[in-house]
Amino acid sequence: MNVHEYQAKQIFAKYGVPVPKGIMVESVDAAVEAAKELGGPVWVVKAQIHAGGRGLGGGVKLAKSLDEVRELADEILGMTLVTHQTAAEGKLVQKLYIEDGADIKDEFYLSVVLDRKLEMPLIMASTEGGMNIEDVAENTPEKIITIPVDPAVGFQGFHGRELAFGLGISDKAEQKKIIDFGQKLFKLYMENDAEMIEINPLVRTGSGDFLALDGKMGFDNSALGRQPEILAMRDLTEEDADEVEAAKYGLSYVALDGEIGCMVNGAGLAMGTMDTINHMGGTPANFLDVGGSANAETVAKGFEIILKNPNVKAIFVNIFGGIVRCDRIANGIIEATKITDVNVPVIVRLDGTNAPEASEILNNANIANLIVGDDLGDGAAKAVAAAKGN
Amino acid sequence: MSILINKDTKVIVQGFTGKEGTFHAEQCLAYGTKIVGGVTPNKGGQEHLGQPVFNTVSDAVKTTGATVSMIFVPPAFVGDAVMEAAEAGIELAVIITEGAPVKDMQAAKAHATKHGMKTLGPNCPGIITAEECKIGIMPGMIFKKGNVGLISKSGTLTYEGTNQVVKAGYGITTAVGIGGDPIIGLSYNQLLPMFEADPETECIVMIGEIGGDLEIQAAKLIKEQITKPVVAFIAGQTAPKGKTMGHAGAIVSGSAGTAAEKMAALEAAGVTVVVSPAEIGKAVTKAMAK
Repeated sequence: MNVHEYQAKQIFAKYGVPVPKGIMVESVDAAVEAAKELGGPVWVVKAQIHAGGRGLGGGVKLAKSLDEVRELADEILGMTLVTHQTAAEGKLVQKLYIEDGADIKDEFYLSVVLDRKLEMPLIMASTEGGMNIEDVAENTPEKIITIPVDPAVGFQGFHGRELAFGLGISDKAEQKKIIDFGQKLFKLYMENDAEMIEINPLVRTGSGDFLALDGKMGFDNSALGRQPEILAMRDLTEEDADEVEAAKYGLSYVALDGEIGCMVNGAGLAMGTMDTINHMGGTPANFLDVGGSANAETVAKGFEIILKNPNVKAIFVNIFGGIVRCDRIANGIIEATKITDVNVPVIVRLDGTNAPEASEILNNANIANLIVGDDLGDGAAKAVAAAKGN
Repeated sequence: MSILINKDTKVIVQGFTGKEGTFHAEQCLAYGTKIVGGVTPNKGGQEHLGQPVFNTVSDAVKTTGATVSMIFVPPAFVGDAVMEAAEAGIELAVIITEGAPVKDMQAAKAHATKHGMKTLGPNCPGIITAEECKIGIMPGMIFKKGNVGLISKSGTLTYEGTNQVVKAGYGITTAVGIGGDPIIGLSYNQLLPMFEADPETECIVMIGEIGGDLEIQAAKLIKEQITKPVVAFIAGQTAPKGKTMGHAGAIVSGSAGTAAEKMAALEAAGVTVVVSPAEIGKAVTKAMAK
């Protein structure tokens, strides 16, 4: 789960990580009020969407007067922001963050992520603040410092010194501040079950203070049950509506731009099914894992979500029944075709537990549009042919 | 022969009396697995599925001599359960539960390593030595005994791969589900050398997916240490960037963890890489004929 910049900064502030003063607003009038309250003389008007690259997309602008705040708020609020991290159709801006302007001397980069190889959190920092860190990693990898921190020992002094010296901070008072910054950030990473924190840029001000000018946070979905304050920050309008709807039924769904709808049990087989369709010259319309407890209702919901996509020309149901019995899935498919109007060819491949019984059920049901696939390859080939109108 | 488990392996179940634990322990017993007891706090002294229930793993190990624990406790208690097993002297914990917090697994795995306990999973189908011992939730009847070892991040691809191996006229020594979470226990680089050393295993099927770099590490190890033929499939060639594909660890972050880079690394290491799981059977037949 991701949160907005203003929410990440609320968490930062709670732990004493310095951030500029700011107020989240949802209307132009409120933006001007917020600017008055902050006092100025310079403000930053920032679009709040769950994607990076907002500045380049025109969603972050500097205002030097209250009139300018009004003008910019009016311009940015309601705009559709397209960045390198959004989909091509962009994201609608519904919230703004009005923030005090900062006196920026230098820009740095600082993040905490899980290093899957080391199996512990990794602090990454760079003097190349404000840049896309992937570009920095590619072009000038020597400008990124990495500091693994074993949670069993926590953030020690030497971690802090590696950070301060790594960023070339030589003033002793400033060293103390950046070490304190890093220590607090690591603490909040651990205590909130964060998956990643990224501050880009982290700035050094003219007076030698460090400020998180931006803030991005993602959290471990498996831990949200014990993080009620984080869960309360979830903004469903930022998530794909179909994915959210699917999740309510225990379905894991991701929309793609092809023509063949897929309904599969298990994430690995679901990806493998997409790959097979692609290999055979077709294009998958979605990833859909119906999970281990698929029944008539979830299968029907799956059909409904897949068919919302107007590009879908055929549906490939690929189930390898383990503990799930194929005859139950077959009955589920028949029930589903009664509940939902399935108007495209459905290719069904059922293998594993009780597969022979299942094909008998499907054959006897005499459902128009239903084609039986013998195995994964055969089913995928038939789905590709059906999508092409053959 | 086989790896890690066989017909004599003594197994306990943590979360024994729960719905999932009960159902799958029953299936494992029916398969012939020596389940010698289970653990559910405050139910010690009772009997369940004809086996003794204990309050703690330590009690269970002392009384039964079990060396493997199959873990079915709810996600929030997985870390605790793994650490308890490690301190009680369990040698291998097979963690079936899906949805354990990453932070808990990080601590639990570090603790297990410190105590010399191996772990599998979490979020995995378990491990099976064909026709001898099943510790997990896989459909036992598809695993015919044979000479192919299998390692997979995905449950249903374990079944798909096994089914193809069997339909091609071969069978399985041991099949291991390693799970698709960001932090997992035994992985390719620990399991591949075990299959290499197992005299009955003649060919290894390795099924990976997008996210992380375990498959890249495996490619390096295969090049240096594995002489037996390896057939690999990497799921997620058509997965979009930045999206979690069902498994918590299956995500292409930026340009890292793509199927393409993993397939290229494995191919360069001499592995037969197939583009679809539907090709696994054919590739194994070719490898076994060599």
